[in-house]
Amino acid sequence: MDLNFTAEELAFREEARHFFRTEIPQSIRDKVAEGERLTKDDMVTSQRTLNARGWATVNWPVAWGGQSWSPVQIYLYQDEMQQANVPTPIGFNVTMVGPVIAQFGNDEQKQQFLPKTANAEIFWCQGFSEPGAGSDLASLRTRAERKGDKYIINGQKIWTTLAQYADWIFCLVRTDPTAKKQEGISFILVDMKTPGITVRPIVTIDGGREVNEVFFDNVEVPAENLVGQENKGWDYAKFLLGNERTGIARVGASKAKIARIKELASLERVGDQPMIDNPRFREKLAAVEIELKALEMTQLRVVADERTREKGRPNPASSILKLKGSQIQQQLTELVMEVVGPYALPYQRDFDGRNEPVIGPDYATEAAPMYFNYRKVSIYGGSNEIQRNIIAKAILGL
Amino acid sequence: MDFDLTDEQRLLKDSVDRLIADQYQFEQRKKYLAQPDGWSREAWQQFAELGLLGLPFAEQFGGFGGGPVETMIVMEAFGRGLVLEPYFATVILGGGLLRHAATQAQQQALIPEVAQGKLKLAFAHVERQSRYDLADVATTARRDGAAWVLDGAKSVVLHGDCADRLLVTARTAGDRRDRAGIGLFLVDPSASGVTRRGYPTQDGLRAAELTLSGVCVSAGDILGDPGAALPVIEHVADEAIAALCAEAVGTMQVMHETTLEYLKTRQQFGRPIGQFQVLQHRSVDMLVALEQARSMAMFAAVMAAEENATERRRAMAAAKVQIGRSGKHIGQEAIQLHGGIGMTMEYKVGHYFKRMTMIDMLFGDADSHLATLARLGGLFGKTKAA
Repeated sequence: MDLNFTAEELAFREEARHFFRTEIPQSIRDKVAEGERLTKDDMVTSQRTLNARGWATVNWPVAWGGQSWSPVQIYLYQDEMQQANVPTPIGFNVTMVGPVIAQFGNDEQKQQFLPKTANAEIFWCQGFSEPGAGSDLASLRTRAERKGDKYIINGQKIWTTLAQYADWIFCLVRTDPTAKKQEGISFILVDMKTPGITVRPIVTIDGGREVNEVFFDNVEVPAENLVGQENKGWDYAKFLLGNERTGIARVGASKAKIARIKELASLERVGDQPMIDNPRFREKLAAVEIELKALEMTQLRVVADERTREKGRPNPASSILKLKGSQIQQQLTELVMEVVGPYALPYQRDFDGRNEPVIGPDYATEAAPMYFNYRKVSIYGGSNEIQRNIIAKAILGL
Repeated sequence: MDFDLTDEQRLLKDSVDRLIADQYQFEQRKKYLAQPDGWSREAWQQFAELGLLGLPFAEQFGGFGGGPVETMIVMEAFGRGLVLEPYFATVILGGGLLRHAATQAQQQALIPEVAQGKLKLAFAHVERQSRYDLADVATTARRDGAAWVLDGAKSVVLHGDCADRLLVTARTAGDRRDRAGIGLFLVDPSASGVTRRGYPTQDGLRAAELTLSGVCVSAGDILGDPGAALPVIEHVADEAIAALCAEAVGTMQVMHETTLEYLKTRQQFGRPIGQFQVLQHRSVDMLVALEQARSMAMFAAVMAAEENATERRRAMAAAKVQIGRSGKHIGQEAIQLHGGIGMTMEYKVGHYFKRMTMIDMLFGDADSHLATLARLGGLFGKTKAA
């Protein structure tokens, strides 16, 4: 047992740290540090900077711009990126649709989509959830009917994150309504400019407009946009959801948040002392730090184990990463709000320029919205209850 | 960065796992518990033959030169077996103090005896008022020529009832909670002025209350500097915490496995109760607590050898908090998910719960270590110590 990295790994970490902290614009990283919303431009700029170095799509096949890195390198890359508050490469592009096209798409699709997806020339969104298909995703009803060389799509998607920015959407659609529910689903790519698509924003409790409803009304999609085989979409969706195993814990991001909380708590005062000197606050923070340290060690165990484990058989410990990682992220947003105290109150996230200039310290503006917004992390990507169902079945054999 | 065991460590793990599987089934343990010492002399001799009693000592003294990872391997297996023998008292605590504080001559005289199973040790440190403060020592040592005379009382001396030698802390100078002025003395329990009262503890192990009244200790039985033993005591306490964390992981693992097995076999409402989602989710949370604890026990093992005392302290405090919290969660859930049977002395899960609960009370409970870590400024980012 040895927790030290090799000289090569340490050199790689230095290289990554330097790159992230010098090449990605400070203004973008500051927004991430404070939890401010990124513009589409911020995300695209960051992604293109990464991509220019071949660091946007490290998990892809090497032939399509991936890296043949070791699990430890991938870990260090993610950890340094998150600690430097670099926006995570656009997830819909990089961890979701890209690997599916690379694995199951045909050559024309790879040529057409992968380079533009890597460089964020196409901004993707994900059309999976529906009003009646959340945790029970396979019960989705959006219908795609084959008519000659086209599919005609009718139905509705919901919780479609950043659909307002998206150029394309990858959808799960029902192509065989007579088959068992998992067996009649296909994976199809749709240009958001196609007639018949309507995007309606949903305002969430933080005041943000991150998610949308997307309606499909007789939307005609060329049949060549089908990925892989018809009615095999559920397999591709499972592949997609199982893709990211370690980054999801967001350990690096939580480390950065703790460092920031400590800075903020030394600026805020409780009575005649800085909040950071308040023993009760220090204990609350230390309690989360311990959980995070344990999670970091658990993640390292998974990373170390990936080197020898056969592909497709995830380490049991990996399944707890999302569960625990989401809880820690949420606890930290609570602590930020506690640090800013009454200045959490003014409602400042707004699209009409209300409450300008900012009321209270700059760093307080996102405290409450971030707390409200982060309730999502234990819901999206399979709620924590679904995660528990999966662990109970797959690992505990219940 | 890897979590692999070396070939030697793997061999050690295989042999100690086999020992526990063969010799330490729950029914066998009950027999050991019923023996006059409350543990098995035969098992102790087997530990010696397997080299476990000499594990952490230098080869020149008949040891095997093992480090904290080797100790982790043994203690985790002992946690799974709920081992009753005075291993922690003799090898981890007593042996640790000898390794860090004793002269070559003292080590030469004592360690081979320990390694062969002929000498059992106990660390007599806790006092009525001291709780978990290692510097709080009221027992006094007064110089008398080249010798020292000890007066005071020690509490909850782990396996102090059977120890052949006691390692007693006493104040040679300064006020009750001063860091300086603490000495460490080797005391023969049959010496004049020593009285001890042995008793069983909640977890089936043993301890003793000790009074020292004008006990004379010769110059050759002082361990290290009689005015500056605290850093050594703290170092050994950190090693002890790492060992307890590993033992705790072993107990948690058995509680988790036993509960899981029960959920799969116990039938109510016409089906195994493990089919109920509420119980499935609770057993997943037990697994999460177990894996987090295992991670921190590994962290503690690696950090137990850290020379920087503050960094070592931070790591041990963090690990002990995690172990305390995970252990309480898993233990309470194990009892609850078993229902009535979990409450009985004849069923094993309660015994694991009791040991786990007592581990939290040794060398600082979760709250005391959380306060320590908070004072030291936590684990990430920059915070000044308070």
